[in-house]
Amino acid sequence: MFLSQVQNVNWKLPLVGLLMLGLSACASSQSRETTSEGPATPGSLRDLQVNVGDRVFFDYDSYSLQPAGQATLERQAQWLKQWTDRKIVIEGHCDERGTREYNLALGARRANAARNYLISLGISANRIETISYGKERPEALGSTESAWTQNRRAVTVVRSGPSS
Amino acid sequence: MNMTRRRQGPISFMRGIAADLFSRWMPGIALLFVLISPAHALLEIDITQGNVDPIAISIPDFTGASPEEAEIGADVTRVITNNLSRSGLFRPLDPRSFIQKGISIEQTPRFGDWRIIDSLALVSGKISMEQDGRLKVEFRLWDVFAEQQMLGLQFFTSPENWRRVGHLVSDAIYKRLTGESGYFDTRIVFVAESGPKGRRVKRLAIMDQDGANPLFLTSGDNLVLTPRFSPNRQEIVYLSYAAGAPRVYLYNLDNGRQEVVGDFPGMTFAPRFSPSGDTVIMSLERNGNSDIYTLDLRTRRQQRLTSSPAIDTSPSYSPDARRITFNSDRGGSSQIYVMNADGSDIERITFGKGRYGTPVWSPRGDYISFTKQYQGQFFIGVIRPDGSGERVLTSGYHAEGPDWSPNGRVMVFFKETRSVDNTGRGFSTRLWSVDLTGYNERVFVTPGDASDPAWSPLNK
Repeated sequence: MFLSQVQNVNWKLPLVGLLMLGLSACASSQSRETTSEGPATPGSLRDLQVNVGDRVFFDYDSYSLQPAGQATLERQAQWLKQWTDRKIVIEGHCDERGTREYNLALGARRANAARNYLISLGISANRIETISYGKERPEALGSTESAWTQNRRAVTVVRSGPSS
Repeated sequence: MNMTRRRQGPISFMRGIAADLFSRWMPGIALLFVLISPAHALLEIDITQGNVDPIAISIPDFTGASPEEAEIGADVTRVITNNLSRSGLFRPLDPRSFIQKGISIEQTPRFGDWRIIDSLALVSGKISMEQDGRLKVEFRLWDVFAEQQMLGLQFFTSPENWRRVGHLVSDAIYKRLTGESGYFDTRIVFVAESGPKGRRVKRLAIMDQDGANPLFLTSGDNLVLTPRFSPNRQEIVYLSYAAGAPRVYLYNLDNGRQEVVGDFPGMTFAPRFSPSGDTVIMSLERNGNSDIYTLDLRTRRQQRLTSSPAIDTSPSYSPDARRITFNSDRGGSSQIYVMNADGSDIERITFGKGRYGTPVWSPRGDYISFTKQYQGQFFIGVIRPDGSGERVLTSGYHAEGPDWSPNGRVMVFFKETRSVDNTGRGFSTRLWSVDLTGYNERVFVTPGDASDPAWSPLNK
């Protein structure tokens, strides 16, 4: 009965959320590309994922942007300036090495760190929402340092326009 | 176990018995005799000691004149035996060792027969159906060595509530022998989990404290977390993503209604009731920063209690409602703090090695439970509200979120296991309980994985 429940899941992130989860086993954007079919439509969510980079990573219990993350966000800002009608949600996530409640707060900090950086690059605040999932939506499913590294992330999801 | 089977159940269950049992709880009806003998001190357990030697107790099946009554008698006895055994404070003896067979509640036990098997306490009981269809449950608790009755009670209820009566009898025995109120006539609300690690379905669920009568409260369509009971038992506060964004909700157990708590401009999370049940205390996140707020459920008045750029979360009131403990990283890492109920006099109480979180004030007021992380391990522990007397009760790869039994004696929490590969295989989460002393750690049997347990108050 539990399995049949799974199929009825509605994550409240239609399409885009499911797409992300479908790609979840892949650690790098390189392999992500190979699992998708055909070229990404310019301005689509998959365009952002494949050609720009949809996520930035954080150290343990930290919400400071690292140079690589800043570079990714700078590319996202360029993309958002090109596609001016696109609105985004930044999801903040944590690894499993914390409590649920603390991680909800930490995920919010991470999403807002990414949001604030985009705003500093000239993106309008009203185009960017944030949501924290704490440790509830791990992307890498192992219990290893490398899995935790992938899970401490802020992921940009496009709310408007084509998904792929 | 099939949880959907009893989907119609909990409200009428709770309501029915509460109305029926307690409206009939008049002196002279419920209380048969309470004889206190001078020798009863022989049979009191000092449960303040660290390692308790469990008290040997014999609980022969409650008798019944008809096969149906006898069957209910055996069922009620099994509930009592299981409760007392799980508490770790009692050691129910194997019925096969009993010398006096078929003891009736009307007769004085042959105490010598019970002394031979070293049974310190003895319970005799009887089940009968009244003319009006009600179930009558009577029992006596005997001090075998003093040869005295310690307690005698009878209960009337409708037959389907036999299990609940088993819990009430257990609480009465526990209280008589330990001097403290029991916690058996209670329930536990939790998050039932299913599905693969990366796409877990999380549903609110509820069960009796012994794992019986498990029941889903929500469908699993929306992510839900951290349910907690109201002191009146009929409401639960929890976190839900039902509206897309995470918000604190109230679930009404009487009618199943769910509503958002308050009108806040950001994520609300980490909710808990005040001891009176009038107020919900929680975190509100705005622009990435989390602070602690209260919402008066009647006046709808919001009050902000903390204003720092740090994470302030997991607030919990002291039982007298004058103090609040919470989790903050304002000192540079996640630690536990206490403050006055108006937000003044903030004081850090954890200074040990590691990161601390999820503080919950004991219903007795004497301890604050916590989750701690240190060197790759998680720990469940307690500390005095003044920061002294820190003790670790258990540890593991992941252990989180201890909540208290209503008598402040037992904690319920959850433990997750490590994934053994990068597909999440090997991951599971289970509910556990541990005694305040750190002894008697036990896993709960739940239908599937479970996390975020919270204990109901004792029915008053």
